[in-house]
Amino acid sequence: MSGVPLARTGGRSWRDWLLATAPASRRQARLGNWYRSWLAFRRNGLAMTGLAIVLLLIVVAAAAPLIASPDAAILQSLSDRLRPASAAHWFGTDELGRDIFARIVFGSRITLAIVAMVAAIVVPIGLGIGLPSGYFGGIVDAVLMRITDIFLAFPRLILALAFSAALGPGIRNAVIAIAITSWPPYARLARAETMTRRKAEFIQAAELQGASPLRILWLQILPLCLSSVIVRLTLDMAGIILTAAGLGFLGLGAQPPTPEWGAMISTGRDYLLDQWWVATIPGIAIFIVSLGFNLLGDGLRDVFDPRSG
Amino acid sequence: MSDTLLTVRDLRVVYPGEQEAFVALRGVGFTLGRERLGIVGESGSGKSTAGRAIMGLLPRSARIEASELRLGTTDLLRLDERGFRRLRGKRVAMVLQDPRYALNPMMTVGRQIAETHRTHLRSTAAAARKAALAMLEAVRLHDPARVYDLYPHEVSGGMGQRAMIAMMLIADPEILIADEPTSALDATVQLQVLAILDELVRRRGMGLILISHNLHLVSGFCDRVLVMYAGRVVETCVASRLAEARHPYTRGLLASLPELGHRRPELPQLQRDPAWLADTAFP
Amino acid sequence: MIALQKVGVSFGTGATRIDAVRDVSFVVDAGESFGLVGESGSGKSTVLRAIAGLIAHARGDIALAGKPVGRRRSKADRKLVQMVFQDPYGSLHPEHTVDQILVDPIAIHRLGDAGRRVARALAEVGLGPEHRFRYPHQLSGGQRQRVAIARALILEPRILLLDEPTSALDVSVQAEILNLLTRLRREHGLTMLMVSHDLAVIAHLCERIAVMSHGAIVEQTTAERLATSTVDHPYTQELLRSNKGFRREEGEGLCPSTPAKADPLQSIT
Repeated sequence: MSGVPLARTGGRSWRDWLLATAPASRRQARLGNWYRSWLAFRRNGLAMTGLAIVLLLIVVAAAAPLIASPDAAILQSLSDRLRPASAAHWFGTDELGRDIFARIVFGSRITLAIVAMVAAIVVPIGLGIGLPSGYFGGIVDAVLMRITDIFLAFPRLILALAFSAALGPGIRNAVIAIAITSWPPYARLARAETMTRRKAEFIQAAELQGASPLRILWLQILPLCLSSVIVRLTLDMAGIILTAAGLGFLGLGAQPPTPEWGAMISTGRDYLLDQWWVATIPGIAIFIVSLGFNLLGDGLRDVFDPRSG
Repeated sequence: MSDTLLTVRDLRVVYPGEQEAFVALRGVGFTLGRERLGIVGESGSGKSTAGRAIMGLLPRSARIEASELRLGTTDLLRLDERGFRRLRGKRVAMVLQDPRYALNPMMTVGRQIAETHRTHLRSTAAAARKAALAMLEAVRLHDPARVYDLYPHEVSGGMGQRAMIAMMLIADPEILIADEPTSALDATVQLQVLAILDELVRRRGMGLILISHNLHLVSGFCDRVLVMYAGRVVETCVASRLAEARHPYTRGLLASLPELGHRRPELPQLQRDPAWLADTAFP
Repeated sequence: MIALQKVGVSFGTGATRIDAVRDVSFVVDAGESFGLVGESGSGKSTVLRAIAGLIAHARGDIALAGKPVGRRRSKADRKLVQMVFQDPYGSLHPEHTVDQILVDPIAIHRLGDAGRRVARALAEVGLGPEHRFRYPHQLSGGQRQRVAIARALILEPRILLLDEPTSALDVSVQAEILNLLTRLRREHGLTMLMVSHDLAVIAHLCERIAVMSHGAIVEQTTAERLATSTVDHPYTQELLRSNKGFRREEGEGLCPSTPAKADPLQSIT
C-alpha cells in the first residue's frame, strides 16, 4: 500500500486511513495524529465557537469585496451622515455618511493583517532567542535573557506608543511597535520549555549520535515548544487586537480614511450619546474577534496539554 | 469465617472510552483475613485498580460493579465520597510507591502524621504530636524528633517510605493496602522497610494487601498470593509454594526471571495464550 | 575495547561539591560483556555517561577501541559507542515517528540508503513494518525499548552501553529484551557495558562484574562467583543477601528488638 488509500469510497475510508494503527508513511502518521487532535478538539463546544469566529473573520476578510462594496467603505456622503441602521445601511452610517457595515467588513482585513504580521515577527524572534538561551545556558542565557528583561521592563502600550510616535503613525509602524513589545514573553516561554526538555534522554540520545546543537534545537526541541507557543499566541491575539485598536484610537495606528476598528471607535466617541452605533459597532466587532481567539486558544491548550487546563 | 475483614466478589471496573470501553477488572473475587495477601501481576493486569477500588480512589468516570464489596459490615458499593473519606486512613490505609508524591511538600513529615491522628481520633495537638513521635520511632527512624520537623524533600526514599507507613498506621486501620511500597527503594533499604511493615502489621493483627510486580518479594513476604492477568485472578496459592504454581501464566513468569545460581543462555519467553482470558475456572 | 584510568566526576563546587565518581579504573575487552552493579547514588550511571561522552568535565583517561577520546567527540567517536537508556518513555522523542527516530542518525552520519537500513534495523529488533510509522505513544514499553535498541544499533557501533535497560519493564518483557540483547551481541560481536541494580539481570548478561558503592569500585568479580556467593567484599555480600529477597526469619534479624513502648497505640489510646 502506498501512502494514499486505494479506494476512497466516501468519508468512512478517509477516517479509517487517518485513524490507521499502522500508518504506511510519515505523512499518514502525521495527518492521523492531527486528525486525532481534531477529534479531541471537536468535542469542546466553546473552542469550536472560537474556531468558527476566527474562520468567519478570515472568510469575511478574504471575501470582503463580495460582501460589501469597497466604495461604500470610503465614499463620503454627507447627506447620509449618522443614519441609524436600515435596509440600505445595516449598521447605519458614520459622521461622514460612510456605510459602517462595509467599513467593518473591510476593517477585518486590517485586523487580520495586523494579527498575522505580529505573529510572523514575534514567534521567530521569541523562539530564536528563547531556544538557544534555554539550551546553551551559561553566558548565552545570561546575555539573551538580560536583553529580554530590558524589553519586558517597559509597559507594553507605553512602549508601543513611543515607537509609533517615533516612527510616525501608520499600520506598518503600529505592527512593528506591537511586535517589539510582544516578543519577550515568547522568548521566556521558549526558554522555559527548552530547559525542561534539555536533560531529556531523547536529547542525550541525539547528542550521542553526533547531532549538532542546531540540529537538536531545530528537530528535537522546536517541535515540542511550538504547541505551547501557538497556544500562547492565540491567547495573546485578543491583546494584540486591543493594542492595535488602542493605537488606532489614539491616532497612532491606521490613518483615515482606513477603516480600522480602533480608529472607528475613536471618531465615533464624539457621537456616543446620540448616535451610539458609530462607536459601538466596531467595539462589538473587536470584542467578538478577541473572544473568538481566546476561546480557540483555550481549546488548543486543552488538546495540546490536557494537564494544565 | 468471622475473621474476614474484606470480601470482594465479582468486582468489575470499566472505563468508558471514546471508541470502546476499557475493562480494567473483569470479575475479581477474594477475601482478606488477618493475613498478608499478595497481588502480583504485570502492568495492565488490574492489580492497582483493585486496590484503588477498595479505597474508593478510582476516577469518577470508572464504572464499578460487584456482587459484593464489603469491609467488615460496611457495604463499599453504597458508599459516597464522604463515606469513603471517613473510611480512608481510619479503617483502610494505603501506602504508595513514591512517598515524595504521596506526602504534602509544604508540611513537615511529623505534622502530617499528627494531622492524620487528629482528624481520625479527634485528639488534642499535644497528644497527636506525642503519638506521631512514637509512631516515627516505631518505624525505626533514628532521632524521631529531628525527622518530625523535616519536609518531605529533605528525607531519603527509605525514610520517606517509613514516614508514609507511620502516617498510614497511626489511626490504627484494619487493612493496609501497599501498592509497590518498596519498588523505588534500593534492595537493602527495601528489606528494612518490609521488615518494619511485617512486624507492625503482625503485631496489630491487621490485614495487609501487598500489590507488586515482584514475584520473589511477594512469595517471601506474604501468606497467600493472587496472580492477576488481564483484569482477572488466574491463580491463588500459598505464597511459600508459588514455585509450584499451576497456571501456565504464573509458571511462564517464574521461568522468565533471570536467576543468579542458574544461568541459562536464553530465558524462556512467556507465550500468552488467548484462552487465559476466557479461563475462569482455574483453581 | 574500553579502558578507564582513574576516571572521576564531580558536580558542584566548594561546600556543595559532590564526588559522584572517584578514581574508577577498569578494562573491558572486545566482545566482552561487563557489568556495573550498585545501588542508587553509587555513581554507576555517571560512569556510563562519562564513557558515552555526555559528561564533558569528567577527569581521568578514557580510551575506546585503543584510542583515547577527548572532551569533544568526533563523529567517528560517536559512531563507535551508542547507548540504551533506562526509561523507554523518556528516551524517544514524543512527536517523532519510529521512522524519524531511526532516520535521524543515518542523516547525521550521511550513511545513505535510509529506507533499507531502517527496515533492517526494525526487523533485527523484532518489530514489523507496521510499527515503522507509529508514534512512541502508540507502542508498548517493550516495543519502545526495542526502538531504542534499534536506534543505538543503526549506526553499527562496536560498543553498546546499557543503562538499566529492563528495570522499567514487566518481567515477561524483560526476558524478551535480555534475549534480544544476547542475540544482538552474538551476531554483531558487540562489546557491552551494562549498568543495573539487579544482580540476577546483570549476572545473566555479563561475564565480569564490578560492584560500585559511593562512587568507587569496591570489588571486581565474575558472574560465576556471584552465583556461588564467593565474593570478598562485605558490601557485595550484603547486596547478595538483599537480592535473595525478603525472608521472615531474616526480617526479624534486621529489626533489633524494640523498646517496650514500641507500639504507640498501646501506650496512648
